Amino acid sequence: MTAFWVRYARNRGAVAGIVILVLVLVLAIAAPALYPRSPWAMVQRPFLPPFTNGGFPLGTDTMGRDIASAVAHGAGVSLLVGFVSTLAALLIGIPIGAVAGYFGGRVDDLLMRFTEFFQSVPNFALAVVLVAIFRPSLVSIVAAIAIVSWPPVARLLRGEVMALRGREFVQAAVLSGQRTGPIILRQILPNTLSPVIVLGTMMVAAAILLESALSFMGLGDPNIMSWGYVIGAGRTVIRQAWWVSLFPGVAILLTVLALNLVGEGLNDALNPRLSRKTR
Amino acid sequence: MTDTPRSQAPRSHAPGEPVLVVEKLAIALPPGADRPYAVDRVSFTLRAGEILCIVGESGSGKSMSANAAMGLLPETVRTVGGRILLGGTDLLTLDEADLYAVRGRRIAMIFQEPMTALNPLMRIEAQIAEVFAAHRLLTPRTRRSRALELLAEVGLPDPARAAASYPFQLSGGQRQRVMIAMALALEPQVLIADEPTTALDVTTQAQILRLIRDLQARRGMAVMFITHDFGVVAEIADRVAVMQHGRIVEQGVAADILERPRHPYTAKLIAAIPDMEAGVEQATQAASRGSVLDVEGLTKTYTLGGGLFRAPRTVAAVRDVSFTLGRGETLGIVGESGSGKSSVGRCLVRLQDPDEGRVRLGGIDMAGLSGEALRQARRRIQMVFQDPYGSLNPRVRVGRAIADGPIAYGEDVGTALKAASALLERVGLEASAADRYPHEFSGGQRQRIGIARALALKPEIIVADEAVSALDVSIQAQILDLLDELKRELHLSLLFITHDLRVAAKICDRVMVMEKGLVVEIGPGAEIFSNPREPYTRSLVAAIPGRRARTTPLEAVASATLPEPIRTPV
Amino acid sequence: MPRFIVSRLGKMALILVGIIILNFVLIHAAPGDPASVMAGEAGDADAAFLQQLRERFGLDKPLPIQLLTYLSNVLRLDFGYSYRQGMPVIDLITDRLPATLLLSGSAFLISLVLGVAAGALAASRQGKVSDSVISTLALLFYATPLFWLALMAVLLFSVQLGWFPGFGYESVGSGYGGLERAADILHHLVLPALTLGLFFMAVYARMTRASVLEVSRLDFVRTARAKGLRPRVVLVRHILRNAILPVVTLAGLQAGQLVGGAVLIETVFAWPGIGRLMFEALEQRDYNLLLGIFVVSAAMVLAFNLITDILYRLVDPRIGAAA
Repeated sequence: MTAFWVRYARNRGAVAGIVILVLVLVLAIAAPALYPRSPWAMVQRPFLPPFTNGGFPLGTDTMGRDIASAVAHGAGVSLLVGFVSTLAALLIGIPIGAVAGYFGGRVDDLLMRFTEFFQSVPNFALAVVLVAIFRPSLVSIVAAIAIVSWPPVARLLRGEVMALRGREFVQAAVLSGQRTGPIILRQILPNTLSPVIVLGTMMVAAAILLESALSFMGLGDPNIMSWGYVIGAGRTVIRQAWWVSLFPGVAILLTVLALNLVGEGLNDALNPRLSRKTR
Repeated sequence: MTDTPRSQAPRSHAPGEPVLVVEKLAIALPPGADRPYAVDRVSFTLRAGEILCIVGESGSGKSMSANAAMGLLPETVRTVGGRILLGGTDLLTLDEADLYAVRGRRIAMIFQEPMTALNPLMRIEAQIAEVFAAHRLLTPRTRRSRALELLAEVGLPDPARAAASYPFQLSGGQRQRVMIAMALALEPQVLIADEPTTALDVTTQAQILRLIRDLQARRGMAVMFITHDFGVVAEIADRVAVMQHGRIVEQGVAADILERPRHPYTAKLIAAIPDMEAGVEQATQAASRGSVLDVEGLTKTYTLGGGLFRAPRTVAAVRDVSFTLGRGETLGIVGESGSGKSSVGRCLVRLQDPDEGRVRLGGIDMAGLSGEALRQARRRIQMVFQDPYGSLNPRVRVGRAIADGPIAYGEDVGTALKAASALLERVGLEASAADRYPHEFSGGQRQRIGIARALALKPEIIVADEAVSALDVSIQAQILDLLDELKRELHLSLLFITHDLRVAAKICDRVMVMEKGLVVEIGPGAEIFSNPREPYTRSLVAAIPGRRARTTPLEAVASATLPEPIRTPV
Repeated sequence: MPRFIVSRLGKMALILVGIIILNFVLIHAAPGDPASVMAGEAGDADAAFLQQLRERFGLDKPLPIQLLTYLSNVLRLDFGYSYRQGMPVIDLITDRLPATLLLSGSAFLISLVLGVAAGALAASRQGKVSDSVISTLALLFYATPLFWLALMAVLLFSVQLGWFPGFGYESVGSGYGGLERAADILHHLVLPALTLGLFFMAVYARMTRASVLEVSRLDFVRTARAKGLRPRVVLVRHILRNAILPVVTLAGLQAGQLVGGAVLIETVFAWPGIGRLMFEALEQRDYNLLLGIFVVSAAMVLAFNLITDILYRLVDPRIGAAA
């Protein structure tokens, strides 16, 4: 474990990523305490520019709502949607990929056609259609994001499992009389953990982007304040009030950047390139 | 621009004249490696018209000085001392721009892996022509015709077709010939061959060795030949330098070193080469004790490719193979890649399902079983695998890996783990090894763990599929001894699959030779190796490196039309 | 090759049918009556009109029949009528499609060419300043929400600097014709195409850099160097050609995202393509139009995939021969 952290910490960007991520997490947890009032409440005159009023450092939007409060409350939503939808996507993608990769043949053909189908569908458009038809809510958003993001997981798992299945230690397990279920769960899946963790981290980032894009299009949960919604609300007044869109965008950028940095750091730490043997 | 390379080639050297002089070369390994220097004050001289073999096991640093001469060292290591003189110039002092003129032009190099050494996206012709282009020689048209000449010279049967091919359309041996053609293009003074035959089948290896020998003699080149195989040394070397842990421990004339090694390490390496005659006398009293495995008409055909609109291609991997394995016997299955020897082993243990045939194991037909019945039958026949790195799950402790089998058959975890520790001791490791992970062990140790795992289910038969092929010779000998010992002690029958006839000769009572899925011949090892009946077996035995060298002088190997190789006294 | 294209077209057709079926399922899975989904906003259409719709689409028939009717309609490019916009859906889409093709096509080209070039440059100067700059920028753009980047681009280059128009496809009422009009459209295209391209440029640059570094370690590159080739020749002829293969594969897979990105970019720039149309359909809850756009955008993605597959085969001789 210490060796892991040493390798991780060697990547300075990854350390910065962790720091930013922790800050966002703290902000999300502290939001209700910092801004006890609803972020939807009108608290000041509309179009208050930032850095002019100490109480509202990031200014207010077209309706006089506090942008700082919206950014703080949006943090929790973004992280929640990001993590839950990624978890759901992993739960769909891992079994499909593992089964396809292990059994191969017809099963693989069938499952991969299914996966390919979902990969061929433009995923943002599908998410838009799904959320629009099932009415925007936290559940429909999370479900839509999970439905459009699992195919890469399935493909990754399939490739990994296929490679591992041909490895001699798995054949040895088969010959030593172990049954298929335990072989997949005990011998194979633990060896796919590193790439799954790395992909999962990157997927959280992508899910946050996707959620913000949906909210931007007006497909956010109407009861929940999210970064994408604020940017969307500021879109039409960008000429008069640039700050409405700017700050939540920076928040998304930082969070997504942090997650990607962490993903890269994990990749370095979990898959150290085997030093080439000197002959 | 239109000069031929011949007229522009640097002056040729008189035979025996030093061409490449390596003086006290030192190459540092990165901090944290197992030793400070990859190459430690190494000195040797390569003379015109000779083949110098640099011999050593993996990690000895034998490839490093060659890569240093070419300026192609991996980024993690660097030269920290010494000189490499080529015609009076120290190559180590040259900058990248000066090295371009050396690479390919004055020193050419061929590598171990012909399968990956050529650009997969370029036609062969273009890859050869590129050598001339890089050194601004010839015109595009003459480059092409010269490429064809070169391909003919290295013995490719249809040069025009080879020239128009992509690498994936050629076999390993053919690709290595292309590599050689490319290396010869500019008539370099020095050819460095880095394990050029290690990845090849034995008959292909013999052909490539002969080719290098011929070309060297015809052109009077100096050849630095890097290898781990003393058989190859006996076949091709004029002089030898033996390396261990980055140092040259002994160098001299090949015949002297092979016959009278002075350094104990050299002696050990030579002694570790399985002697073709050794295993022969243990002949077979075993066969009389009845058979434990009867294989009849085993057939396996692979279907490749095929899709919605494509017809599949079929390859007959195993064709109507029948044999019996006697109780307590070691039967070797030998053959080159693609002979079907591994498929036979995999069909027996049902890692693959045979299309036809019976595999009788004490009254049960393994070939017809499935599900739970197959699982129960499997414990009687276990396997030891080739790759010591791939055959153990990196995330499972060694003891648990051995115990997993018995646990799957219902033994309780504690008992199984205790038995695993005992087995580890039996195969020559410490019982405490059980608590460690595979990456903490060397290749040879892992192979011992693999053997312990196969033994855990108390099988009657062990199938060893190339079980020592990935190991250095000295380790190889130890593992073979261990297998033989265990076999006697535990009354096992052993099916030993290998491409290496020397290994088969050492350990097998009987040998079955396979080619293209068919059994060529089967019989006692002594007979097969000393008096092969079938032409294919004869060519296999003749191709074993080092074997012929002991009975026939090297000169006889080269074709009569070629000038005698130049011998240089040291 | 022709055989390959035929087989790919067959596969595409299957996927397309799958998408149409998915559409059908969505219409029926949506809360409320399928007829009201087709009519647009649920609830406020009058009963006689809904009845008329039911008859026309056979909504009172059993589901399999309905599916067949729907399939045959869509395959004949009949996506129904947008009652909100007062036009057949297919006319609305064909009207807007060229703008989207122009936008996403140019963004695709820009991102692929510049991305590969940047990635190759970064890899060949690994660890140097130019590598750090390219890698950092790629990392940043990779994390930037497209729509926000587009807004900021409007703010900076259109509102503040006034270099490029931040709105629309061409100058309204200018009366330009011919080349002048083309130049005007191009001027309008710069910001949306660049912002859409930037994200993908980042993706391809990262991929190319990693791929080039990976390929640089392969044996045949060592062979090339041992032949005495100059680094530039080794990079272009040996490394890059091989390194670009995974990038092409990725580009094919990213095509779907490109179309999704176009929806956002068109929304911000009021670019009159099908993305903007999708946004309008959302605002008006015109689900019939929305689903029609969905099918067409999926077909677009499939076409992109086909193109990248053909590209791949042109670069890699191994695949064609294996067939």
